[in-house]
Amino acid sequence: MKGFKIIVLAKQVPDTRNVGKDAMKADGTVNRAALPAIFNPEDLNALEQALRIKDKFPGSTITVLTMGPGRAAEIIREGLFRGADDGILLTDRAFAGSDTLATSYAISQTLKKYGKFDMIIAGRQAIDGDTAQVGPQVAEKMGLPQVTYAEEIQAIENGKITIKRRLERGVEVVKCSLPLVITVNGSAPECRARNAKLIMKYKHAKTVTELQVANDDYIQLYNDRPYLNIKEWTVQDIEVNMEELGLTGSPTKVKKVENVVLQSKEAKVITSSDDDINQLMTELIENHTIG
Amino acid sequence: MNSVFVYCEIEDGHVAEVSMELLTKGRTLANELKCKLEAVAIGHNLDGIEKDIFPFGVDVLHIADDKKLYPFATLPHTSVVVKLFKEEKPQIALMGASSIGRDLGPRVSSALHSGLTADCTSLIIGEHEDKKQKKKYENLLYQIRPAFGGNIIATIINPDCRPQMATVREGVMKKEVLDPKYKGKINKLDVSKYVNDEDFVVEIIERHMEKSKVNIKGAGIIVAGGYGVGSKENFNLLFELAEVLGGEVGASRAAVDSGYVGHDRQIGQTGTTVRPKLYIACGISGQIQHRAGMEESAQIIAINTDPEAPINSIADYVITGDVAEIIPKMIKYYKANTK
Repeated sequence: MKGFKIIVLAKQVPDTRNVGKDAMKADGTVNRAALPAIFNPEDLNALEQALRIKDKFPGSTITVLTMGPGRAAEIIREGLFRGADDGILLTDRAFAGSDTLATSYAISQTLKKYGKFDMIIAGRQAIDGDTAQVGPQVAEKMGLPQVTYAEEIQAIENGKITIKRRLERGVEVVKCSLPLVITVNGSAPECRARNAKLIMKYKHAKTVTELQVANDDYIQLYNDRPYLNIKEWTVQDIEVNMEELGLTGSPTKVKKVENVVLQSKEAKVITSSDDDINQLMTELIENHTIG
Repeated sequence: MNSVFVYCEIEDGHVAEVSMELLTKGRTLANELKCKLEAVAIGHNLDGIEKDIFPFGVDVLHIADDKKLYPFATLPHTSVVVKLFKEEKPQIALMGASSIGRDLGPRVSSALHSGLTADCTSLIIGEHEDKKQKKKYENLLYQIRPAFGGNIIATIINPDCRPQMATVREGVMKKEVLDPKYKGKINKLDVSKYVNDEDFVVEIIERHMEKSKVNIKGAGIIVAGGYGVGSKENFNLLFELAEVLGGEVGASRAAVDSGYVGHDRQIGQTGTTVRPKLYIACGISGQIQHRAGMEESAQIIAINTDPEAPINSIADYVITGDVAEIIPKMIKYYKANTK
């Protein structure tokens, strides 16, 4: 049986869930360097859904597509370690400052260049922006239907895919023809761990930029093993209207960014001693807050 | 002057709470901009729906009523909204940051090439000067939201593209009827002109919607736990305290993500916004996204082992210590003092 050609959209994000005290610079701006860069959590849920399809339908292939700076190649390797087949890093200074719409445009132009595929699977949203917009916007630009908040791909039969969606107040099961764009909810199963054999196989996978600092022995190895080649595409490799990229292509502009400055009100500080807690409860009862 | 539009979500023949809150906000914005407030309702059997909508001060209600348009599906609703927006050219369009609005909004914004800001916590009208282009803008919509894990508050604008689109979560804006007798105009859309067959490629084969069982929004007392509570077992203490005080249990996103309690209890920018008379924050550090959902509580008690926790800065009472030790004492002394 022929498998499916799956593209997983993934993003490398700063781990905003673990913001330590050194994450803010003295001038109050965010110190991105102090935050570890990780595979966006819900994109891992998306990868797992793709891997399950690959398990069920041998012959399926998974391509991880990411847009970002050079170091975002890390998450492509991370994807390869878990079972993806290859990856494309879309990287170019022209993308800097892109909002979700300009990002979706760049990604959709890349997908058009990529050729045929059966489905695009992405995480619902990235933790650095929490917008959940790129998936649906890519779908619109590709003229494809979208199924958001996916929790489980239940079946693929006769060119139709059945998907369970997790909504705020319930669940929905929908059926749609291929190709389509699916965005996966964080409630979907977690991604499987890295596979030791795949780590051995792909740990030296590199983009051409990374290759520039490699030694001759490695270049020999790289040439012998084409699977070590992580595709690196720039605007030169896709057809784009430069006006629609980066800051110029972004309808939304950041007018102002303020640091969160906490304005302390006068709090009563009490201890966990019996007397203090007793005093507190008495006070709350007397002022009719409770009781 | 172009209008402010609100997309009204319909569930079981009623306008969703979040949409009514946005109509209230939309009216305020329209007043300030001296323009009309218009609403869009898409669904089936919508006769009489205007009674839910006009009282918020809606001047024009566009209705697309067809069997095929309920329940919500992305493509047909997108087609109706996109065509309508192309005809009516709203300057601002608001949607709920719900499973519907966050599915529909980006698709519409992409089709119209207009900017969209998700999960805004505040919307105000302001001006802008682009010094490079030497252009001045007036009456822009400032779309304000926490970003970057809540470490910053960003003000986003869409200077050149229309409509300026934003989604807002339920509970963030206040719902207020303007005038029960407010008279608006109904514009019934000829649905066949707005959708086409290809819009129905996604077929809904099963649908189970539940009314939210947990009523944290309406609770007067909320005992909320964060990651610092440490375990599902320790959360039971919170449930006990809530029961004794006659309140509800809430949680931070970190606690929900850790599986301590269900998502329906999540408070904050990506959960429910609450304004109880007493909020007891247990083991919650107090990132801005969480605070955005509870800082209007009348009284806040923060229980945390970290004396420097950000939540302390908005608390009325700060108890430094272990949740597992303090809550049983609170239960004990509450019972002792109310007998």
